[in-house]
Amino acid sequence: MADFPLERALESVRVGTDLVEVADVRAAIAAFGSRYLDRVYTEREQADCRKVAVDPAPHLAARFAAKEAFLKVLRPSREDALPLRDIETRRSPGGWCELELHGRAKAAAERAGLSGFRMSLSNEANYATALVVAFESPWSAARGDTRTPSRPEGASIEHE
Amino acid sequence: MSEEIRSILKQHARLSVDVATIADDADLYQAGMTSHASVNVMLALEGQFDIEFPDRMLKRGVFESISAIRAAVEELTQGR
Repeated sequence: MADFPLERALESVRVGTDLVEVADVRAAIAAFGSRYLDRVYTEREQADCRKVAVDPAPHLAARFAAKEAFLKVLRPSREDALPLRDIETRRSPGGWCELELHGRAKAAAERAGLSGFRMSLSNEANYATALVVAFESPWSAARGDTRTPSRPEGASIEHE
Repeated sequence: MSEEIRSILKQHARLSVDVATIADDADLYQAGMTSHASVNVMLALEGQFDIEFPDRMLKRGVFESISAIRAAVEELTQGR
């Protein structure tokens, strides 16, 4: 930790949050059905949401919020293509959720020097929200320092 | 094509202003379109024009204005 002091670590924290109306998700399902579900959510996300509740809409809304919260952490340009299915929320048997990145989202996070993702989801009848936190490597290219990064690896675990 | 796009935006974009008053190059996100609404717009465009936006086009810039959407749809319907 000598070359990674606490103050510098805190400076490297990125936070993203998002809020989604459950009614919007419900309306999208009514309007577009499986086309909406399959373009936005992975099969595992859909299965997890069906498993935890009779009405999956609030849980899907929380997962959409998580995808947007991740994008706020990533800070992509308007020209960065990032399919939402590449940003996946995984639910553990105990109810804890973690962020798993795939494809373009995973590559973009690596390019940005982001790691150590943590997330928290919450929902009630009308709204769902998500918080995503990550560390930006102090040696990432985004910070203008080209030293080889030595990033901590780690899963994110929070309870939904 | 712009009128069809405006009709879709009126139905799905949840803009905070009347879509008829928006310029073709106006920023739709600034006009109130949420990220979730932009997904609805994308799906409605796919249905209207019988297209599918590939992963490389799933970026903010493609859906940020009427002119940007028109350019994307024209690219996907080219040669028909």
